[in-house]
Amino acid sequence: MTERRRLVLALAVLAALLSLVAFTALFLGSAGLSPRAVVRALAGRAEPESIESIVTLGLRLPRVLAATLAGGALAVAGVAFQGLTRNPLAEPSVLGVTSGAAFGVVLAQIAGLGATVTDTLAVAAFAFAGALLAAVTVYAIAVSPGGLAIQTLLLAGVIVGIFFSSAITVVISIVDFNRLGGVIHWLLGNLTPMPPGSLLVFAILAATGFVLILRSARELNLLALGEEAALQLGVNAERLKRRVFLAAALLTGTVVAFTGPIGFVGLVVPHVLRGLVGPDNRMLVPTSVLAGGAFLLAADTLARNVVAPAELSVGVITAFCGAPVFVWVLRSRARMPS
Amino acid sequence: MSVLVEFRDVSFTYPRPERQRAPRFAFDALSFAVETGELFGVIGPNSAGKTSLLRLLTRVLEPARGEILLDGRPVAGIAHWELARQVAVVPQETPRPFPFSVEQLVLMGRYPHAPGRFFETVADAAVAREAMTATGTLALAPLPLEQLSGGERQRAMLARALAQEPRLLVLDEPTSHLDLRYQAETAELLRRLNRERGVTILLVSHDLNLAAELCDRLLLLHEGRVARVGSPGEVLEQSVLEHVFGCRVVVDKSASGRPTVQLAWSHADPERR
Repeated sequence: MTERRRLVLALAVLAALLSLVAFTALFLGSAGLSPRAVVRALAGRAEPESIESIVTLGLRLPRVLAATLAGGALAVAGVAFQGLTRNPLAEPSVLGVTSGAAFGVVLAQIAGLGATVTDTLAVAAFAFAGALLAAVTVYAIAVSPGGLAIQTLLLAGVIVGIFFSSAITVVISIVDFNRLGGVIHWLLGNLTPMPPGSLLVFAILAATGFVLILRSARELNLLALGEEAALQLGVNAERLKRRVFLAAALLTGTVVAFTGPIGFVGLVVPHVLRGLVGPDNRMLVPTSVLAGGAFLLAADTLARNVVAPAELSVGVITAFCGAPVFVWVLRSRARMPS
Repeated sequence: MSVLVEFRDVSFTYPRPERQRAPRFAFDALSFAVETGELFGVIGPNSAGKTSLLRLLTRVLEPARGEILLDGRPVAGIAHWELARQVAVVPQETPRPFPFSVEQLVLMGRYPHAPGRFFETVADAAVAREAMTATGTLALAPLPLEQLSGGERQRAMLARALAQEPRLLVLDEPTSHLDLRYQAETAELLRRLNRERGVTILLVSHDLNLAAELCDRLLLLHEGRVARVGSPGEVLEQSVLEHVFGCRVVVDKSASGRPTVQLAWSHADPERR
């Protein structure tokens, strides 16, 4: 089977999985709607003001879309950071990039940016800047003439993450609490419904990051052999790193701006996919979009329903999945000569 | 014979030492030429600049002064992807952060021939298969690299380099991780590739005997300068080696008539003479 055909097959299977999870998410919820009512609302045959319409189209559907986008974007960002750092443990939250983006968002909220479409763009820009700052800092700390040591990279990520988290705490302590109304809730990572305009901006930014990384997928494979080897195979390594850094920071920043810092999606999804489709980034990047979407959507649906009518934060679920995977990968790498 | 690679008065200094305690290393007006079709070996003590020479040739490093020519063209003006179609490097070892298979590794060698392409073509796959056949790695194609022995991995990397269809094959310490049997196999393989495909081979090694056995000509580096260039017999002379390496050596002849070098152990037991 050619690579192209394998990719199409994998995408088809994952698309079916994503649809299944999406439908489940639409039918489940604390409002306790009957499946028939949900179908009626989806088909547009319910009154616009009816409960089933408001819950299905106004709450659940936007949330399903946001979760899918965020999950896909985070998973692709994970693949990108792993390729850049040649380390399967690298991931936006592990590297402290998520915290950097969150700090950017907190600053944007102090500046009084709100929820209009232009304002969300500005918030995303702040988040992008924070993410980029954190990513470049971590890389600069970890890089040495001999390459990137795994332990140094992870520790640098932890330190940079702690630094930005502390900076957020400082800001929250200083600034008038009312101006930061939703920050605490948002900091836990929450997929609250957002208006269609914001969803569209979210989708466009995420798609931009995705396309940049997809176009670099083949070169990222070569980068796995080391920077010198990639250069000797004809890859413009500096340009590649710049492009992928920007794109991964854009993806992370965008997700953080729209849904808050959700961790470990970029670790869990690529790890599982490597077991299924192999290490080739040309397979991983496109499949990560669908698998990441399905994973975060499933996690969010669980978060909404497991303690209904209350809600868990989705970040809690992803962290519960991510921590064991992290330990597993760390242990299996420790056994392997590098 | 025409000249394929030429170093013309190349000077180079590392901007800062990679390790603080390492002596500051520099090339000073280094000149030599490798001819098309020959098996050329670069030898010398540790930190004589052997690997730096390869990095300069492949534009990982840029010289401070002087010029490096490939087929008469300065490499400084050749893009990395274009250079990679002419010159393929087999490194000592390859990092393996992800479980790429041998076939995937070998296909990476096709990148410089169409950098803009997403997937390799059927023609690329055929070149890769041929490269694996030539190096005896076809049966290993689906295996991840970490499941291979040192010798097998070395051959897989050689296959990747061949998939680039280069005119010049550059090897950095090709036998440093290999036991005797794989050393012999690698040497035989390189000789065959050189003979059957007309690939020019430039190898860097601290193994004087392998270099002497394998190469048509040798370049002996000493502190960033050419100590001597010529046939193995001309270069591996006792007095030259003792000066460059700073120890007593014995130069003998192997069964094939090439020189072999051994340390003259100073504590040799007089009873056994």
